[in-house]
This record gives sequence, C-alpha cells and structure tokens, in this order.
Amino acid sequence: MNAAAAPPQPAPGSPRHLFWACSAIALQGFGGVLAVVQRELVDRRSWLTREQFVEDWAVAQTLPGPNVVNLALMLGDRHFGWRGAVAAVAGLLLFPLVLLLALALGFEGLAEVPAAQGALRGMAAVAAGLVAGTALKLVVALRGNVLGPVACALAMAVTFGAVALLRLPLAAALPLVALPACLWAAWRLKGRR
Amino acid sequence: MGSLAAEGAPLSFADWLGLGAHLLVLSLLAVGGAIAVAPDMHRYIVVQQGWLSDPQFAASIALAQAAPGPNVLFVALLGFNVGWHGGGALPALLGLAIAMGAMLLPSSLLTLAITRWLHRHREDRAVRAFKQGMAPVVIGLLLATAWILVGSQRGLHGLAPLATLSVAVALLFWRTRLHLLWMLGAGALLGALGLV
Repeated sequence: MNAAAAPPQPAPGSPRHLFWACSAIALQGFGGVLAVVQRELVDRRSWLTREQFVEDWAVAQTLPGPNVVNLALMLGDRHFGWRGAVAAVAGLLLFPLVLLLALALGFEGLAEVPAAQGALRGMAAVAAGLVAGTALKLVVALRGNVLGPVACALAMAVTFGAVALLRLPLAAALPLVALPACLWAAWRLKGRR
Repeated sequence: MGSLAAEGAPLSFADWLGLGAHLLVLSLLAVGGAIAVAPDMHRYIVVQQGWLSDPQFAASIALAQAAPGPNVLFVALLGFNVGWHGGGALPALLGLAIAMGAMLLPSSLLTLAITRWLHRHREDRAVRAFKQGMAPVVIGLLLATAWILVGSQRGLHGLAPLATLSVAVALLFWRTRLHLLWMLGAGALLGALGLV
C-alpha cells in the first residue's frame, strides 16, 4: 500500500509518545486489547489505515508470540527502530502488570463475591462482542484485496468453519486455508505491479 | 492468593533454569497468541512440578483475563505466583522477570527479524501475496475467536442473555464510536445485578 500522492499520514512523534499511547490502549483493554488497538490507532489517531492494520495483524498473528505484542513491536520498529519497539511493548505491559499484581495481592477474596463474579461474566461477554465488532470493521479493508470478493468470502467462511465449528487446532486450520489463499493471491498478482 | 498456598518448597537455581528454558521454547510455539500455550504451562507447572495447585493456576489465568492489558500477562502472574509460594516477595519478582523475559524474548526477536525482512522485500510478489492472502483468513479467525468466546460462557439464565449482550456490543462497536469503557461498564453492571 503506497500512498504517493496522499497527504502525509499521522505518526507518533517520539518513542515516549508511543509509550504513552500504548499505555492508554492497554489500560482500556479488558479481556483483550485488539478492539482498543483498532479504535485508537486506526479510527482515532490514523497512524495506520484499515488496510495496513489488517496486513500488520496478519503478520502479527501468523508469527509466534502474543499477537498484540507483535503488533506493537512492528509499529514501534517501523517508526523508531528498536527503541520504538521497546517503548511500544513497555507501554503495553508496564502499567497493566503493576495493576495486575496489585489485584492479585489485594483482592484475594473478591473472586468469591457473587456480584464480582457477575461483573466479570458481563465484561467477558462484552469482550467477546468487541472481538466480533473488530472483525466486522476490518471486512471493509478487504474491498481492494487482490483475491476478489468471492475468494475473500470463501476464505473467511472456511476459516470460520474450520476453527469455530469443527474446532480444528490453529496449526491444522491455518495451512488448510492460508496456503490456497496465498497461492491464489500470488497467481492474481502475476504481471501486476 | 496465600490462602490456597501449596506449601511449596523454595525453588532451586535449577528449578528457575528449568522454568526459563521451558518458556523459551514455548515462546516460539505460541502461534495464535499467548493463551495457546496455557495447556502446556498447566502440564509443566501444576502436573509435572507441582509448583501451583489447580485452583491457583485457574485463578491466575482468570484474573489476568479480567484485568486490563494483553492476555500474555497471565504468564507474568504465573511466574510471580510460583515464586510467591516458593519463598515470598523476592522470589516472586524473580519468577515474574524470568517468566516474562523467557516468554517474550524469542518470539519478539523473531518478529523483529521477520518484519524487517518483510519490509525490505515488500514489493516482492510472494510477500504481497502472503499479506493479501492472509487478510481474509485472519478476519475469519477473529470471527471464530468471538464465536468460541461467546459459546463458552455460562450465564445465570443460560447463554441467550450473554450472547445477546455480545451481539449488541459487536454492532455498537462496528457502527458507532461509543467509548469502549461505557460498554464494559454496562456489561459489568448487568452482570453484577445478576441480569446476565
């Protein structure tokens, strides 16, 4: 995705800027950070377009390691090299870690209170909805995809069926769909710049 | 979580080395997110070494999932708890550092190396085909994740109210700019009142 004639894309100003942006994202991310990342980096700050976000997410999710950490590494490294990568990941982890330890030590008995259990249950349902909402938002990014709408829909449906309905492990499901999809993309890209 | 303490003996240098080595390997196997390695960590920490009990392990994961931040922090909390039950505050911090460092270092170095290589070769057909081909696959994967998360819940009144809440949130996130904390707060309130 090269944006030759487009106005310059907003970007983080410094590793420190990146650190605080990632801290703000992480502290809003109950039950997973992805929805917040998409909202903050794509919708609000425009540091990534939807298409860039999907491409980066594809790489972050395919490589081993925590997906959101991988995404932060990529973003930080792109702007400020290894200093940016460290700043982004530190921002993502530092304050949530302190908070988590405080919770673990301070609220031992809280998990047995029915109201607290109920609150966690409700928040988990919201977190699941946020993952689905993120996916719905990203579908738009497939509009210019070289696979074409039919193959895109097919790849999405087969992935969903293999993982959600057949419960295939990721290691089995990914090659099954990803390999044909990538080969088809390579064939469609032949002769295109 | 002291009340559930498993009367763990202090961990030896070899124990820490073993935990670190185990996580260094798991780091490179953690495709699909950190939570994918939870079953193997359970096997190592609870079944094989006996450093934590089953409830302690489950509580660590549940707390890390509920608290804000990336899910991988459950690994830090497990390391912390292993040290805590094996001696107190200082071993706990050591356990945290070892667990988190070993979990993140290999995968992060690999990610940096590969993304730099991908960036240098971003005009190659194979790289473009990979990114374009993977895009619908990872979106399908997100939908599958949401489906599994919704389906695995146990509500007071069955699954329907929770699933309705999830669907409503998905639509709100998709179509509006309503702040996420409002949605999480509403979910927490509905749950605390026993409505879902």
